[in-house]
Amino acid sequence: STSDGPLGIGRVALPEEVAAWDLDVRPDGHGLPVGSGNVADGDELFQDYCAVCHGVFAEGVDNWPKLAGGSDTLDRDDPLKTVGSYWPHLSTAWDYVNRSMPFGNAQSLATDEVYAITAYILYSNDLVDDDFVLSNENFSEIVLPNADGFIIDDRDETELPVFSQEPCMENCKEAVEITMRATVLDVTPDQTAAREAFIAEEAAEAEAEAAEE
Amino acid sequence: MTANSNDMKSSRRAFLRGALAAGGAVAGATAARAAGPDPLITEVQSWASGLGAPVDATPYGLPIQFESDVIRRNVEWLTADTISSINFTPIHALDGTITPQGCAFERHHSGAIELSKKDYRLMINGLVDRELVFTYEDLERFPREQHVYFCECAANTGMEWAGAQLNGAQFTHGMIHNMEYTGVSLRTLLTEAGLDAAGDLSDKWVYVEGADASSNGRSIPMEKALDDVLVAFKANGEALRMEHGYPARLVVPGWEGNMWVKWLRRIEVADAPVESREETSKYTDTLADGTSRKWTWVMDAKSVITSPSPQSPIRHGKGPLVITGLAWSGRGAITRVDVTVDGGKTWQPARLAAPGQKMALARFYFDHNWDGEEMLLQARAHDETGYVQPTKDQLREVRGLNSIYHNNCIQTWWVKPNGEAENVEIS
Repeated sequence: STSDGPLGIGRVALPEEVAAWDLDVRPDGHGLPVGSGNVADGDELFQDYCAVCHGVFAEGVDNWPKLAGGSDTLDRDDPLKTVGSYWPHLSTAWDYVNRSMPFGNAQSLATDEVYAITAYILYSNDLVDDDFVLSNENFSEIVLPNADGFIIDDRDETELPVFSQEPCMENCKEAVEITMRATVLDVTPDQTAAREAFIAEEAAEAEAEAAEE
Repeated sequence: MTANSNDMKSSRRAFLRGALAAGGAVAGATAARAAGPDPLITEVQSWASGLGAPVDATPYGLPIQFESDVIRRNVEWLTADTISSINFTPIHALDGTITPQGCAFERHHSGAIELSKKDYRLMINGLVDRELVFTYEDLERFPREQHVYFCECAANTGMEWAGAQLNGAQFTHGMIHNMEYTGVSLRTLLTEAGLDAAGDLSDKWVYVEGADASSNGRSIPMEKALDDVLVAFKANGEALRMEHGYPARLVVPGWEGNMWVKWLRRIEVADAPVESREETSKYTDTLADGTSRKWTWVMDAKSVITSPSPQSPIRHGKGPLVITGLAWSGRGAITRVDVTVDGGKTWQPARLAAPGQKMALARFYFDHNWDGEEMLLQARAHDETGYVQPTKDQLREVRGLNSIYHNNCIQTWWVKPNGEAENVEIS
């Protein structure tokens, strides 16, 4: 009975409260506030707030995410996935920068600053000219290169029939060979190089103790 | 990780002493030590004559010092920093199915935030009859449910796509935990806000986001939202840990861990998905031809042998050996786990410690008499839909090497005659 209707718990959300928290922007531009920003301003803002991690040209520093480059690499061995090469919707870039960047000082950018930084990211990806102005008016006209690069999960068709067969239990293969070993890479913390060192050290110690006994 | 190193050192010492003592003519490690009376038995020990700790010593206890290697570990090179990063549950050292909260893995995108119950607010807005705000106290007044579910990061085993890379079940399979949750069904909360305004629910979505800077916003189809999603505030009997979303998180049974939004602050009913950063740039799976799958929500059937494994070598010599591990499926209950000791030439069903539960970890045991020869150990999970856990090669054939997420392949451990185990791939 309790699940049939409201229990009268909670209170009505005020418009100011919804406006403060409901910031998400959808691919069709739903949720975008009125505003604009150009590439030049975006460049300046990017150098001040973003370049320390993402590089002067949005190309990334060290292990920090690269926001530009990687065009036509998605079918290669090491695809470089950036806003330009991978992201399907510009709305996501605007929304994510607005709500969660800069890392460590999120929600500190004004609306026009987010437009300007987004314009600069487009420019860094060679998708607009250096005099481009991005606004809520022309936002939906921007189509990112990989907009059609995604398909909805198709495992039910491509995998489930194959992986739902009764498997082999006896005489399943004649020979088994080891083709790859994790210890060759030796990138596991505390567990490989360090471990081998302990084994060697402790073997020596134990032998010494055994000799004394 | 000094403490960890010391523990490894002491366990190695014990192992090597045992091995040296056992060396020689006597077969069987246990028999070797019985050459004379055991002083641990024949001499009165301090704990048998003195006093232990009083009941007021530990108002909230931690594991005994001898278990100090059973801890979360991180892998520095995996991420740019330790804030938007991952650590790993020590599954190699656990048994049963319930993960102790204190060593259950963490994955944050802007760190683990401290949010008090007093400061907590949950908003429901969008296509609802009444846009609402709840306090934490409000949440506790709704009818509750209680369920056990696994939470597995979409990237669990992701580093292993290209080959055998990390040497230990903790690292290859430890982005997972399994807890008993208490909370309110999302359906109950949506009913409170009223869904009449939403009209036809079959094409509606909910967008959920956290109170942290990353927000971790994700879109969930209404059918799932109304099915079994929970807003949980208790896990394994007590409040959520800070790092697991205190005071309230989303529990999305069977679906990738990224959607289990922590520090949940807002639920929006909408007529379209947001296609947020976490469901476009991340948590999309690139195939060999360069196209990518999106909305790969469910975690497929998977298993791993937790012992023996690289971090849990065989130290007792040949003879009876407990081979044990975990199996789980986002599509339903685990019905069977097969184990092979010869790299897949021959398989035998393992024992499930208890009947499999929907979208929860299952523990399996395979009682083996080890002859001291090398083994190539694998486990293979079956779920109630008839799905059988595939090999890595089977997955690669469909997906290529670059899908990052959803690697539920069969894992191989090479157990050597000295009892050490290694992460390998085999033909």
